Amino acid sequence: MTNAVKPDYEQLRISDLHAFYGESHILHGIDLTVRRGELVTLLGRNGAGRSTTLKSIMNMVGRRTGSIMINGNETIQTAPHHIAQLGVGYCPEERGIFASLDVEENLLLPPKVRSDGMSLDEIYDMFPNLYERRRSQGTRLSGGEQQMLAMARILRTGANMLLLDEITEGLAPVIVQKLAEVLMRLKAKGLTIVLVEQNFRFAAPLADRHYLMEHGQIVHEIGANELESKKDLLNTYLGV
Amino acid sequence: MTMLFGVPLAVLYGQLLLGLINGAFYALLSLGLAVIFGLLKIINFAHGALYMLGALCAVVLLNTLGVNYWVALILSPVLVGIFGIFLERFLLRRIAHEDHIYSLLLTFGIALVIQGVFTNIYGVSGMRYPIPEALRGGVNLGFMFLPYYRAWVIVAALVVCFGTWFMIEKTKLGSYLRAGTENAKLMQAFGINVPLLVTLTYGFGVMLAAFAGVLAAPIYSVSPVMGANLLIVVFAVVVIGGMGSIIGAVLTGLGMGIIEGLTKVFYPEASSTVIFLVMVVVLLLRPAGLFGKEA
Repeated sequence: MTNAVKPDYEQLRISDLHAFYGESHILHGIDLTVRRGELVTLLGRNGAGRSTTLKSIMNMVGRRTGSIMINGNETIQTAPHHIAQLGVGYCPEERGIFASLDVEENLLLPPKVRSDGMSLDEIYDMFPNLYERRRSQGTRLSGGEQQMLAMARILRTGANMLLLDEITEGLAPVIVQKLAEVLMRLKAKGLTIVLVEQNFRFAAPLADRHYLMEHGQIVHEIGANELESKKDLLNTYLGV
Repeated sequence: MTMLFGVPLAVLYGQLLLGLINGAFYALLSLGLAVIFGLLKIINFAHGALYMLGALCAVVLLNTLGVNYWVALILSPVLVGIFGIFLERFLLRRIAHEDHIYSLLLTFGIALVIQGVFTNIYGVSGMRYPIPEALRGGVNLGFMFLPYYRAWVIVAALVVCFGTWFMIEKTKLGSYLRAGTENAKLMQAFGINVPLLVTLTYGFGVMLAAFAGVLAAPIYSVSPVMGANLLIVVFAVVVIGGMGSIIGAVLTGLGMGIIEGLTKVFYPEASSTVIFLVMVVVLLLRPAGLFGKEA
């Protein structure tokens, strides 16, 4: 495991990724790299291809070409159910809480993909609300609680790379603040995180780097220390 | 003789028992249909033919190899289940991404082919399957005579239905099945082999049909068309119960059997149509079915 200690180890490397839904060509040659322990965001307007990028990594789109290396493994031909086992945890935009399962069943649903996932106790410690409501039907939770559940669910599996799609969407500021704290803790634990985010103020203080997307392509890469100097650029693409 | 609304009580109980027996078969078959529909979104028109295969397999096993009833009760569903797995793996999977109407047509075609082949071999006249030795005879309950085999059918069907409900609602495997029914793509993303789950689920639904077939062999006459006659009623039961719920399929199956039995007592002319009348009423008042979730 010499790779594990190298600080610039590439957890994810995407080269010339094209993705298609039926006849529609959504991604037009994406190149990006995420190093182990980094928190990287995909910024852009709706329809820029950010969610599709995450779905492509999970092989949930119709067709994809190019190269996606996860933890050193080429996965462009890998079946969808084998991707999680490379240590990937995916949190979809619509959260994907199962209505026919109670909270704890939702939590225990995804199989462990690595041995060092959080235990149920640790998870309930991090999200006390979920413990109180563990017997409730999954979709009876509030939006914020559902989002906590969707996050907690993949933390239990031991995934060391998280793909998080719009986790703050439609949530109250106090919940967003809580999510920011959770992400800080996960980052401190050394997890690699790819964050698709609309809320730039949420993402800016957390992220190491940002990729700006437009029309299915990456148009700019911005380091955390360049945010001030590239404010105009962000304004143009995000309208913040 | 004691009478109720001008009907001898013994007749009433007799028809109730018969209704319960029919209901047990409706429950087993609609349960299998509901399980398959839940995960695969396939309306399995081959279900009746697979039920028939279960019964026929038991007859053939007995006549050629001398396999007894109790062994056939396990072996026949396993063999037919394996056949079902082949159907899913090599036919149904190829059109899984197409509109549901294609799988409906395909399974209907499969049913016709299976029925045709076996009608060609065995003809349409019924074959007899003897009641197993241990379950011959019956007991006089005072108010009616209860044949042991019929009691066994009801108990066996209820145990299997409850077992299936327990497995789906209370176990880890069942939670995969429920979650897969809701969002198969996300389950894949969590690392669950959904195609395998789909194959096993279809195989299990087919096993339930074949199990019902073996149970039915000693009471109904075994013939290649026995499933076709039953399936239409079972579909009506599924519509009444609603596609969403396992327990709904079981309770509706039993309930419709009893309603059919009671109709035979009080207004025999309507007994073969009463389930369809109930279906019409339910569709008018609750389009999603009694236990279905409103869309």
